[in-house]
Amino acid sequence: MNQKNRLQSGGRIDRNQPMSFEFNGQLMVGYQGDTLASALLANGVDVVGRSFKYSRPRGIVTAGADEPNAVVQLGATEATQTPNVRATQQELFDGLVAGSTNGWPSVDNDFMGMVGKIGGSMMPPGFYYKTFMFPQSLWETYETFIRKAAGLGRSSKESDVDVYDRMNQFCDVLVVGAGPAGLCAALAAARGGARVILADEQSEFGGSLLDGKETISGKPADEWINKVVTELEKTEDVLLLPRSTVNGYHDQNFLTIHQRCSDHLSDRAPTNQPRHRMHRVRAKRVILATGAQERPLVFGNNDIPGCMTSTAVSTYINRYGVAPGENLVVMTTNDYGYQAAMDWHDAGRKVSCVVDTRETVTGYVVDAMHERGIRIMTGSAITEVHGSKRVKAVSIAPINEDGSKVVGPAAKWNVDTVASSGGWSPAVHLSCHTGSRPVWNDDIIGFVPGPTVQKQLTAGGINGCYELENVFKEGLGAGKQALKELGLEPTRLMTPKVESHERNPAMALFLVPHRKPMSRAPKQFVDYQNDVTAGGIELACREGFQSIEHVKRYTALGFGTDQGKLGNINGMAIAAQVQNKTLPETGTTVFRPNYTPITFGAIAGRDCGELFDPKRYTAMQPWHVANGALFEDVGQWKRPWYFPKPGESMQAALNRECKATRESVGILDASTLGKIDIQGKDAREFLGRVYTNAWAKLPVGKCRYGLMCGEDGMIFDDGVTSCLGENHFLMTTTTGGAARVLEWLEIYHQTEWPELEVYFNSVTDHWSTMTISGPNSRKLLAELTDADLSNDNFGFMDWKTANVAGVPARIFRISFTGELSYEINVQANYGLHVWEQLFAHGEKYNLTPYGTETMHILRAEKGFIIAGQDTDGAVHPHDLGMSWAVANSKPFSYIGKRGMAREDCVRPDRKQLVGLKTTDPNVVIPEGSQGVFDPKAPIPMPMVGHVTSSYWSENLGHSIAMGLVKGGLSKMGEKVYYPQADGSVIEAEICSPVFLDPKGERQNV
Amino acid sequence: MSEANNNVRLVMDQLPGDDIQGRSPLHHADLATVAAQGSQEGGVTIQHHPLVGLLTLRCNAGDADQMAAASKLLGVELHCQPLTSSAGEGVAVRWMSPDEWLISVDGAKAFDLETAFHNDMPGHYALVNVGGGLTVLEVSGEHAVDVMMKTAPVDFHLNTFPVGKVVSTVFAKSSATIRRLADDRFELVIRRSFADYLWLWLQDASREYGLVVRT
Amino acid sequence: MLHIFCPHCAEYREEEEFHAKGQAHIPRPLDPEALSDKEWGEYLYFRKNPRGIHHELWVHAAGCRKFFNMTRDTVTYEIHETYKIGEKPTVTAQS
Repeated sequence: MNQKNRLQSGGRIDRNQPMSFEFNGQLMVGYQGDTLASALLANGVDVVGRSFKYSRPRGIVTAGADEPNAVVQLGATEATQTPNVRATQQELFDGLVAGSTNGWPSVDNDFMGMVGKIGGSMMPPGFYYKTFMFPQSLWETYETFIRKAAGLGRSSKESDVDVYDRMNQFCDVLVVGAGPAGLCAALAAARGGARVILADEQSEFGGSLLDGKETISGKPADEWINKVVTELEKTEDVLLLPRSTVNGYHDQNFLTIHQRCSDHLSDRAPTNQPRHRMHRVRAKRVILATGAQERPLVFGNNDIPGCMTSTAVSTYINRYGVAPGENLVVMTTNDYGYQAAMDWHDAGRKVSCVVDTRETVTGYVVDAMHERGIRIMTGSAITEVHGSKRVKAVSIAPINEDGSKVVGPAAKWNVDTVASSGGWSPAVHLSCHTGSRPVWNDDIIGFVPGPTVQKQLTAGGINGCYELENVFKEGLGAGKQALKELGLEPTRLMTPKVESHERNPAMALFLVPHRKPMSRAPKQFVDYQNDVTAGGIELACREGFQSIEHVKRYTALGFGTDQGKLGNINGMAIAAQVQNKTLPETGTTVFRPNYTPITFGAIAGRDCGELFDPKRYTAMQPWHVANGALFEDVGQWKRPWYFPKPGESMQAALNRECKATRESVGILDASTLGKIDIQGKDAREFLGRVYTNAWAKLPVGKCRYGLMCGEDGMIFDDGVTSCLGENHFLMTTTTGGAARVLEWLEIYHQTEWPELEVYFNSVTDHWSTMTISGPNSRKLLAELTDADLSNDNFGFMDWKTANVAGVPARIFRISFTGELSYEINVQANYGLHVWEQLFAHGEKYNLTPYGTETMHILRAEKGFIIAGQDTDGAVHPHDLGMSWAVANSKPFSYIGKRGMAREDCVRPDRKQLVGLKTTDPNVVIPEGSQGVFDPKAPIPMPMVGHVTSSYWSENLGHSIAMGLVKGGLSKMGEKVYYPQADGSVIEAEICSPVFLDPKGERQNV
Repeated sequence: MSEANNNVRLVMDQLPGDDIQGRSPLHHADLATVAAQGSQEGGVTIQHHPLVGLLTLRCNAGDADQMAAASKLLGVELHCQPLTSSAGEGVAVRWMSPDEWLISVDGAKAFDLETAFHNDMPGHYALVNVGGGLTVLEVSGEHAVDVMMKTAPVDFHLNTFPVGKVVSTVFAKSSATIRRLADDRFELVIRRSFADYLWLWLQDASREYGLVVRT
Repeated sequence: MLHIFCPHCAEYREEEEFHAKGQAHIPRPLDPEALSDKEWGEYLYFRKNPRGIHHELWVHAAGCRKFFNMTRDTVTYEIHETYKIGEKPTVTAQS
């Protein structure tokens, strides 16, 4: 294809740098400086996509973020597929590959389009709701059909190959938008010594100045922009972010900026460079200089390719050197629309006429048209466009003064391009993100930012200020105001000199009348992306939807990826008109982040793959990996789950680990247990208040198990606490509860009992903890220490310091297996050394490493609970049959005491933890199974509690389980039944949860 | 060394003799080899300081006797001013909280300090050896501050984060105590169990500037 | 994302360093046993959910680990003040 619409000269493109690209399989050439949209227009591409519902051919309408139609799929490879890219914002690079998002088999010959043509009138708003409601059973069938036809683009099926980054930024002043207002604001703020960030979504700073032919102080706007940008670049503490969209404005001036670092360079980001960077900015002041977006006019068949906004026409000519047609007609409600006619004419192409909806127009624009010999038709409107894949002609008819009626016959004009201007809508989106509602301003016929609690200033187009000189003034003023509020000294700055014109008042016109009523006129599109028409909005209102939020949801107005940037105001005005309300009465829908669609990559940053979530390791991790451990996630910790030998099944490995421990000696890495160092003269008192049992008399050198409850009396953690010195304790917590318990201690100390002299410090990571367990554990340990390990001198629940394998250690004689056990704590940098030395001496005892699964089985054989597995936040110590761990005689009403005494907590039929022995010893009840007392009871059967722990016990030769059973503690020997999903029922007998060594002799040897 | 109840010591020398080499949380990453074989030039330099002696001191900042005694024992001023640090010969003290400081000394000196405090520190206090649970990294270079900005939600501008300032904060998805050693040099004290994760993170975040590893 | 002034660190920090811990100024009853089940239930479970000024307990979890109170507007999310445990708010719904 040749660039038939490319002008010979002009624009900010480099004609010496051609770039080839592919669109829908066709090779084309554009230039450095093009966007994909300008390159497509240069190549004469009219149809860039199909509409969502009716599959009508659609062309490029705008030149910016508000583009509803040219939403393309990007990517030369599967891994680089990116959906939802606005061609108007995508810079062209050599080798770019893009395709239309909708349309099958192709955008030019679309199957759904033919259906849409015939069925269009039969697809009113709510069509899907109405049609696919009944019968409900067929919804899945409908959904498949709808999904296939719906959607904008697709995500990649492969992993993204690029890197995405995130950065936290802080500044005094964040200026959003680098148009004339933003540049002035940034300059004023920077000159005053503020830390400034200036962000703009475009590749170049300058905003609207890049699109026109303004002169500033007699020179091209270009020169002024360069001067300002150069100064800003040289100023310390000024960060300039082009290609960066400020996408979200959150509480207390926290904003997110989506910077596209390398989207303009190639399909993949350069090696080691991020593709996008998300800046998370905390700004003391925000200056919104986001400008305004032009409203297109709504008229019959206004979606036929060739219909554009008037600024888009000017932008393509002035910035990109592209005139997207031969013969233009302009329709406008205001003076600004005339610019397109001037630019088009000056580019050497034909302007048939300017259709002005106002009765009269005088002054500068009239002169400009006369100079160029362009006809103005006042009091008229384009009521309808003719054509299919490109505008062929328009019907122009006279309308009445308020634009509500066609008052004469229409004349047909042959043109191929329609530029329309319905005035400006300030880009208020960001100011609304934190809940502020915009306010209607009749003078400018648009919404402007409303009151906000954010430290926010606004300047330029966003305020409805459009005259360049005033825009400059507002920009400088906002910059100075920000400085003042920050206590900085503003410097004097001159407002740049520009030519200004007296303007005729604009006309408020949101729907161009047609001689037929709305419902019968050719489709008058309001929201292109969702095929929302004026008739559709009228129908929604007639069907009773009054709130604009309801109209939005029923018609899908503003639902698209463009969030209705182009169509919302027109749509709301039409809804207001139908309901005989004013626009301020109707109000707006809520604008939410993000301003433009953002990639998941930019949101995820580098928190993906290996770095998705921290993996916490103990000091023994290298050994575990080298010895074939499989790992289980416990919180963020990676804990060995079990250590299979080559070819060994999980159950076989567990059986081996369990037997070895009971018969000789096993070893567990218990380093992940939470450990809290507690010191102070009131440490003991504090323990007594947070544990349910007594601590007043625990002597130095002794350990004690404790249960920790909430104020409601329910268990939330447990562990062993050892008395290191009279005022010094070491508390252990569950692995998952470590942080929670420390915070629990702190909150009570800091808010309730600050008078208690006690300090808590986490030493979880400081100590490596390894537990050797089993009848040979003493023999093994004796080989590595000179401590007296005899039962008389080092009894159960004692602890001592001694060297183990040459390393100073604390040895705790505590047991979670019911076997003779020693828990060895050494400074973590020596954990692996001691662990290795244990193995160096352990071979003759068949020292066997075991993981969390065997730990669970061994403790279940002994009926020891795991907080969080056998308890669920609704279980108190008595429910567990652990009344022995509750000391109600303590003088202080410890945490949990009052809660446990509540009426509901003393019911005899509470769910209580019991052992469960299956009638068939080989059956292991699935954990979580719900029990019933009568398996023949009609469904729904009354459920009496669930199985909390259930395993095969190789040591006992039968399955073991624990579970909560209503009134279970007084039902020993009775049967409980566990119906399964497959219809079978597992029968079990309620028994003591202590299956092995009920007298506890093994740990006391 | 003070003896309490038989074998139970209030202050415990936790380090073995020199014949047993401690292994830092990043021992497995073999940073010496990475340093020797990796790039020698780049915008970010990461250095690991393994086996530093680290202790948490808790005491009452409002108790002048305690503050004076602690300053004397440490050999540097113990500051009450939030987010500050002080450093002297072989010792650095970081403000962590109104009643908490993080002290670093040579690994072998931790026990001496514990003993000295045990003997001479008056009043209610706690000095807890945490050297095994933490490790120290240093991030420096032209782009060090950029890596910090990627990783922590804190303002690193020199006006608000001058040399000597200490901040404990979220660091990637873990946490760190950050001290600014120079305009372009930061010390990180991180938790042992997160060391591998943070090492991977820092490598990844530094890549666009070029990473140099030093031992 | 709130921007919170930690009264202990004496500077503003990002919300991600903090945890919210619910309504502030709910002292633990000095004699829990003297309370009826209903009264105990009120202490344990019942919290205000005001539209507007609210006093909350927060903790600087990733920073100094100290708890403090915050007066916050639940509608606008404005933080009117943060103050240490034991101190009284200066901004209240009545003021």
